[in-house]
Amino acid sequence: MNNQARISKVKIATCSLAGCFGCHTSLLDIDERLFDLLGMVEFDRSPFTDIKHCGPCDIGIVEGGVSNAENARVLREFRDNCKVLVAIGPCAITGNVPALRNNIDLWDCFQEVYLYDPGTEGNQIPNDPELPLPFDKVYPIYEVVKVDYFLNGCPPSPDAIWNFLTDLIEGRKPEIDYKLLRYD
Amino acid sequence: MPSELETAANPANLKRVVIEPVTRVEGHGKVTLLLDEDNRVHQARFHIVEFRGFEKFVQGRPYTEVPVLVQRLCGICPVSHNLAASKAMDVIVGATPPPPADKLRRLMHMGQMLQSHALHFFHLSSPDLLFGFDADVGKRNIAGLAAGFPDIARQGVALRKFGQEVIRVTSGKRVHGTGVIPGGMSRNLSRDDRDYLLKDIDQVVQWSLGAVKLIEAIFSKQPEFHNGFGSYRSSFMSLVRDDGAMDLYHGGLRAVDEQGQTIFDHVDYRQYSDYIHEEVKSWSYMKFPFIRSQGREAGWYRVGPLARVNNCDFIPTPLADAERRTFKEFGGGSARHATLAFHWARMIEMLHSAEAIQELLQDDDLLSDDLVHVGERQLQGVGVIEAPRGTLIHDYHINEDEQIVRANLIVATTHNNQAMNEAIRRVALQYLDGKELTEGLLNYIEVAIRAFDPCLSCATHAIGKMPLEVELMDAEGKMVQRLLKDSDGQYRT
Ligand code: SF4
Repeated sequence: MNNQARISKVKIATCSLAGCFGCHTSLLDIDERLFDLLGMVEFDRSPFTDIKHCGPCDIGIVEGGVSNAENARVLREFRDNCKVLVAIGPCAITGNVPALRNNIDLWDCFQEVYLYDPGTEGNQIPNDPELPLPFDKVYPIYEVVKVDYFLNGCPPSPDAIWNFLTDLIEGRKPEIDYKLLRYD
Repeated sequence: MPSELETAANPANLKRVVIEPVTRVEGHGKVTLLLDEDNRVHQARFHIVEFRGFEKFVQGRPYTEVPVLVQRLCGICPVSHNLAASKAMDVIVGATPPPPADKLRRLMHMGQMLQSHALHFFHLSSPDLLFGFDADVGKRNIAGLAAGFPDIARQGVALRKFGQEVIRVTSGKRVHGTGVIPGGMSRNLSRDDRDYLLKDIDQVVQWSLGAVKLIEAIFSKQPEFHNGFGSYRSSFMSLVRDDGAMDLYHGGLRAVDEQGQTIFDHVDYRQYSDYIHEEVKSWSYMKFPFIRSQGREAGWYRVGPLARVNNCDFIPTPLADAERRTFKEFGGGSARHATLAFHWARMIEMLHSAEAIQELLQDDDLLSDDLVHVGERQLQGVGVIEAPRGTLIHDYHINEDEQIVRANLIVATTHNNQAMNEAIRRVALQYLDGKELTEGLLNYIEVAIRAFDPCLSCATHAIGKMPLEVELMDAEGKMVQRLLKDSDGQYRT
């Protein structure tokens, strides 16, 4: 690959906040089309590369909601750097399963997990400056930054992701066929 | 082994280096190092920084819903959570699933093992092993692999695809499917789907064998380096079948110490909490399990492919068992302890999974309609399975209204918590101590973590002595939430 080709490639960044990684798994489920994708795009920050901070990108894809201060920081970094920001999967769109803790007191959650008896020892809740501050609720990402597109499905099907991305990369307004969307 | 470097004696004047996020792993983790002026390492910690609280929010949900809900712990190994929870729910509905359902679940599980191991080896870790740990950052990823080793990359993608297809035809969906239900399965395998899988399975077995040979060749090129990298001796724990065979779906717990002596064997996993406890440390959301009889300090152990290949007496499929013997011979005939030997063991398991799928596809039971058993309702159920990353424990109590009242989950990656910390501390002493830290050198730390294939989403289960305050603003700059944490650890909004 020469430098010219590299410069003209579309840059994509992806991240997983409070999600399960299933949306990223579904992205890989495009199977051999991954090689076609790699011909069209260059991955910036993503769990699949060792780039730790998001640089200027064309497309940012965010899986998962915002459950702590670090999630909020990463999300802002994505918004500041990505021309188009996509919320992928209901965790990013609504909070989904992680948000089931939203009507429970966070302290009760901690106590249940870390003081579980019998079997848990130490009698403490993790509490260290290196651990990001958890929010008492899990927020959909649109409540924190402006989101350009929402791609639904838990996870969205590989075909939906493929069609969506190729539309965006080739400069079309993404249209997902109804049959490709599923909400289970 | 003493856990040196866990806590620096005088952290105040040390400089902090952080690797955040740890990449090419699933989920969220970070590493912090504390160094003095001469770059001597005084502290190295691997932190799990996310908290989910599944154990709390499943309370009150109907038990039938839980296997589908807990899959959302992890999108790479959802089948493991689905199956461990379903095995617990089998106990709750008082029934052993009929043989066809058991075989369908095993098929699904083997598909999961295959795809997860392929993903980890090819997409995530192989760039380190093929290009070098400190290769250019732009190369150390799947795109680099596709450019530098296109055949290996294509095989990796194809292997993963096949495993995902096995999951799809047995559960309805590649990620978060719904085929498994308490007491059995809701669907069988169609004849067409079986033929579809049979078409490719021989090739999949051959490619898997090729992957074992590849990692063996990588080791053989520099045996001392690969054996020594971030290495130490430890105990191992895994499930084994009654006859000592590797069994990734069901069995009794076996733990062996670092000298190869049995600590316990064929333990009924429902009694897990008599054998394993977990310690909470302030600096990670992931707990630190230990074997009770060995104590909190010395009782840590490793799980996952390395533990399983070391612990089992044999692997019940021929090609994988031959590779297991080669693996042992490479280490002089006894258990292998090298951190990077995890990769080798993982590929042996991938081969075993492919062979097991090949064998299962010959079985007409997969097409049977005898899929569910139901018996007398129980109020507690424990389900344990060997997930791709190691022993996975789900434990549920329900009430008379069929709602969950308590849940305890010990996920595979959690068992390896202390072991991963030990590995990064070894690497820090071996390669970083006293050196000018470069991006490439820091990747050595991540290489050690990656060997475990940690699933940090699964493992996510507060801050500082000073009161802390965080404000969350919305897109327009309006405050959504303000959160305070007091020095007594209480949160206030
Ligand atoms: S939307 Fe579904 S698949 Fe995606 S991260 Fe959330 S739970 Fe996982």
